[in-house]
Amino acid sequence: MVLCALSIFGIVVLIAAELVIRSKMAWGQFGLDFFYKAYIDAYTKQTIYWDPVNGHFSALPFLYGTLVSSFLALLMAVPLAIGVAVFLTEMCPGWLRAPLAFITELLAAIPSVIYGLWAVFVLVPLLREHVNPWLIKLLGWTGFFADDNPTGLGFLTAGVILAIMILPIVSSLTREVMTAVPHSQREAVLALGATRWEMIRMGVLRNARIGIVGAVILGLGRALGETMAVTMVIGNSLDIQRSLLSNGNTMASAIANQFAEASGDLHLSALMELGLALFIVTIIVNAFAQLLVWAVTRGTPSSAH
Amino acid sequence: MHSGEEKLSTEHKLKARLRTVTDVAATGLAVLSTVLVVTPLVAVFVYLVYRGASSLSLDFFTQIPKPVGVAGGGMANAIAGSAILLGLGSLIGVPMGIAGGIFLAEFGRGTKLANAVRFTADVLNGVPSIVMGIAIYSLIVVPQGHFSAFSGGVALGIMMIPTVCRTTEEMLLMVPNSVREAALALGVPNWRSVLSITVKTASPGIITGCMLAFARVAGETAPLIFTAFGNVDWSERLNEPIAALPLQIYVYALSPYDEWHRLAWAGALVLIVLIVTAVSLVRYVTSRGVLKGAS
Repeated sequence: MVLCALSIFGIVVLIAAELVIRSKMAWGQFGLDFFYKAYIDAYTKQTIYWDPVNGHFSALPFLYGTLVSSFLALLMAVPLAIGVAVFLTEMCPGWLRAPLAFITELLAAIPSVIYGLWAVFVLVPLLREHVNPWLIKLLGWTGFFADDNPTGLGFLTAGVILAIMILPIVSSLTREVMTAVPHSQREAVLALGATRWEMIRMGVLRNARIGIVGAVILGLGRALGETMAVTMVIGNSLDIQRSLLSNGNTMASAIANQFAEASGDLHLSALMELGLALFIVTIIVNAFAQLLVWAVTRGTPSSAH
Repeated sequence: MHSGEEKLSTEHKLKARLRTVTDVAATGLAVLSTVLVVTPLVAVFVYLVYRGASSLSLDFFTQIPKPVGVAGGGMANAIAGSAILLGLGSLIGVPMGIAGGIFLAEFGRGTKLANAVRFTADVLNGVPSIVMGIAIYSLIVVPQGHFSAFSGGVALGIMMIPTVCRTTEEMLLMVPNSVREAALALGVPNWRSVLSITVKTASPGIITGCMLAFARVAGETAPLIFTAFGNVDWSERLNEPIAALPLQIYVYALSPYDEWHRLAWAGALVLIVLIVTAVSLVRYVTSRGVLKGAS
């Protein structure tokens, strides 16, 4: 049994070792340049980041895409998730709580590929026909909503589907952290004559804030590594564009897209290095988030679900 | 003097009103965000059931994919492939996960090692499945020289371990200490008490926990792209590429053919039914308490 428990360490080491070995070639070739360099094409004078034909590899567009889509997702998901958690823990009538919690749990279990399927057939047309033209008209002057991509795919679409996917986990963790705040805190604030919102703000949210940050970071970790749904809607370009409506790419979607048809050892090795970077980043993000959540919920009896 | 007091009281009244308004506004916002979240999420679900149910037919379960342009066809080979992959995965993930969970809850409870394992398991749970996929690719597919069902099974199995481990631990912790104490008081050695009393008491919970892990990896696509790879025909051996339901959904969803889209929705519905069943079972068992019979 100890052995099986230790196997969990073994898995982490094994993954790390495999990725390090396979990415050695790209690391040797590009070093740290891999993460920020841009190449200039000799003939067209255009900036190129990822060029398997000529053997130039720079992960910059993928890093950029991962950050942008995850940030968009957090921007949309976090306020909503906290709102839902507040409603469920502090305001919800008892009979509604169980079904709502059940729905959230179910939604967390829907596979990524099914969210992707839904996004391709429902979300993309919806954004393309109704939301994007409106955004372009209203906010086109900022340069973030350029009218140059008629497909409806892109960063914004990926951000929306990511937000939908991380909402359940962020809201259920926030709920858990808020439930862990002792009742005496609420009673004390209420006894001073606070309204319900003041009680929530001062008694609950303030005490739970570290855990809520943890929940948000955990959601970030999910968003960073989310693969299938994002690959299906982000458009898979190899460039960096400022507009949120243009096609992009993330680290995970680049791997999913190119790995099977990688055109040579160096290409494969570069993709492995991308995977290694993703692995390290998600491990750090998750470990940090876990510590924050534990710091708050530790000492309270763990509820299974 | 007098007017000053009056001013003060109107200020108080204003403040009180402002507080009430803020309170109502905050309540409204919380309700609104819940509605905003639940509505699209339920919409995903309803739309899926609607499209899936209208596309499902007997052929879906009995036929293999037809070439482009030919009507009909199904995903029989993908369903069988998923079953084989999940079977392989469970062979690896379930025993190792349960054993790890027993260690965490019973033998190592409170030790530094157990805490480290628990922490690592939770972190491993958050590692993107695509990373797991390329690691298994380089571990098994590269040395073997070809994609195989075996490598896909290993990838899924490894992904099951942390989930099974943690749910097993949680279920074991729900067993009251009095049960353990009763066993030990009768002179039973600790390992015996753990295996035939604690684990047995928690077994419905552990089984449903395994089902949950099973359902989770059933929908995993990313780790299978470079391991199981997919197959439009039946696979006869474990070291051949094999079809899987989520992989097939992915390929069909991105294809330009209506017929294939229909099949993708049907496949999605089948997956969802499997997952909903597992999640509901887990909920039922945990809400009923692991221990109705024993306490």
